[in-house]
Amino acid sequence: MSAPLLSAHGLTKTYGNRLACAGIDLDITEGEVLAIVGESGSGKSTLLSLLAGELAPDSGEVRYRMRDGQTRSLADLGPAALRRLMRTDWGFVRQDARQGLRMAVSAGGNVGERLMGMGERHYGRIRGQALDWLGRVEIEAGRVDDPPSQFSGGMRQRLQIARNLVTGPRLVLMDEPTSGLDVSVQARLLDLIRRLSAELGLAVIIVTHDLAVARLLSHRIAVMRAGRVIETGLTDRVLDDPEHAYTQLLVASVLAA
Amino acid sequence: MSATGMSPFLGGSASRELPGRAPDDAQVPSPERDRGIVASVLDAAGNARGSGYNFAYLDEGTKRMIRRAILKAIAVPGYQVPFASREMPMPYGWGTGGVQVTAAILGQSDVLKVIDQGADDTTNAVSIRRFFAKTSGVATTTRTTEATVIQTRHRIPETPLTEGQILVYQVPIPEPLRFLEPRETETRQLHALAEYGAMHVKLYEDISRHGHIATTYAYPVEVAGRYVMDPSPTPKFDNPKMDDCPALQLFGAGRERRIYAVPPYTRVRSLDFEDHPFRVQEFTQPCALCGARGHYLDEVVTDDSGGRMFICSDTDICETRVAEAAR
Repeated sequence: MSAPLLSAHGLTKTYGNRLACAGIDLDITEGEVLAIVGESGSGKSTLLSLLAGELAPDSGEVRYRMRDGQTRSLADLGPAALRRLMRTDWGFVRQDARQGLRMAVSAGGNVGERLMGMGERHYGRIRGQALDWLGRVEIEAGRVDDPPSQFSGGMRQRLQIARNLVTGPRLVLMDEPTSGLDVSVQARLLDLIRRLSAELGLAVIIVTHDLAVARLLSHRIAVMRAGRVIETGLTDRVLDDPEHAYTQLLVASVLAA
Repeated sequence: MSATGMSPFLGGSASRELPGRAPDDAQVPSPERDRGIVASVLDAAGNARGSGYNFAYLDEGTKRMIRRAILKAIAVPGYQVPFASREMPMPYGWGTGGVQVTAAILGQSDVLKVIDQGADDTTNAVSIRRFFAKTSGVATTTRTTEATVIQTRHRIPETPLTEGQILVYQVPIPEPLRFLEPRETETRQLHALAEYGAMHVKLYEDISRHGHIATTYAYPVEVAGRYVMDPSPTPKFDNPKMDDCPALQLFGAGRERRIYAVPPYTRVRSLDFEDHPFRVQEFTQPCALCGARGHYLDEVVTDDSGGRMFICSDTDICETRVAEAAR
């Protein structure tokens, strides 16, 4: 097995006296989808922010294998290199599309922003790429000049995905991308994420409280509770044969349709 | 300190009556400071008599603070330097930033020109020119070629500027990234890391909506290959004049408390796309008064039945050309 793309060691973060994440270790390789599940307040979103370098951990570190093959600690990168990494080699799909998109800017401008940030200065090529990506996330070409404020919730999430994937990132972080969408829209989005991650060989870390989403998308699952990872393993194994008492409770709590 | 206390500095003019001073000037007993005030009073003697203010209105301490900001701005072209903007005797939006910069750089031998949208005879220009005539006694002019300091609102004169001249811009919103990023902490970060991708998003939006870059004023520029700067709401017609300009260009934003600068002979490049290059406005007809082509024209409505004419927005060059034609 090749060296991990991203690995975290002993990540710990407290907010005052409250423990948000405690001693978390995890690895992810290219082409792998890792789901982080757990109830609200279990530290999932904090963990994602730590992995993305948006929050500095109290202790522990995140190491990432850069495109040049060098593995480096995010803490050593400095803000300029970290931000460049964020907008070229990584993607971050937010739960609330308004945080991940520019709501007043057209869909094409949203998709093209990362390209322009990387120095692309040819309008025709930027627009061509934007149209291509809108097509790949199943948004009609005719909507390219509409702002996302006129889009439905599902379309906004798909636009976020296009905006993130346009620069060919290797790692995509997703924070509850399907919450708040109705089931049929959710199913379509999940299909899309599964197809794109397989096609592009993306590493995906997806935070969700929805076990069905985790089962559909992920290869591996990490179960979090009170800031700790209490169980990890292959998705089918964890969901069909949970070891930890809390995981058993979580799996048993899912309503059967 | 009384007027007689100052007399040793006055030399031959010792018998002249001294203009009054702002009361707080007398509170700090510093020889350096006093010399400054006395010298100012002397320069202004006659014109400023009885105005009650220091030379060019601002006290010397404030001028030094502003000059420090200006020097820093010149050292880092296009970078917005914060400064402790003062309350001025005019409302925000009337050029309080430009007035403070002018006050800080004005010397007794300067010749001041003030324009508002290119014109010397509009309210804003006339009142600022009178303000400095009254508080500093410097000579004023409407001729671009005679001026050493030109304070401007939204235009660059058509007559090419020369070495030794200083152009002072009044700036309402200095931050070019503001429309995309409302957080000041974030825009500073973007400038520090030279992350200017978002600037092109605005141009992209223009083209996707209008088929061409429809931004016609406050058109963003890159200064000396580094900072992206808002050239104040000048028409983009004037952007090429900023590039490699022999004159020093200073920008003051009073409400937003920022000063920035373009030193002489500095590269100023308007942002654009390879397939949609930067272009200035073009006028199909010449100026109706002086017949000039290639000048920026204002549309003037002449009656209430649709009559209109296009005339030079730069009143100085227009009047000069009309006078020359009459000779």
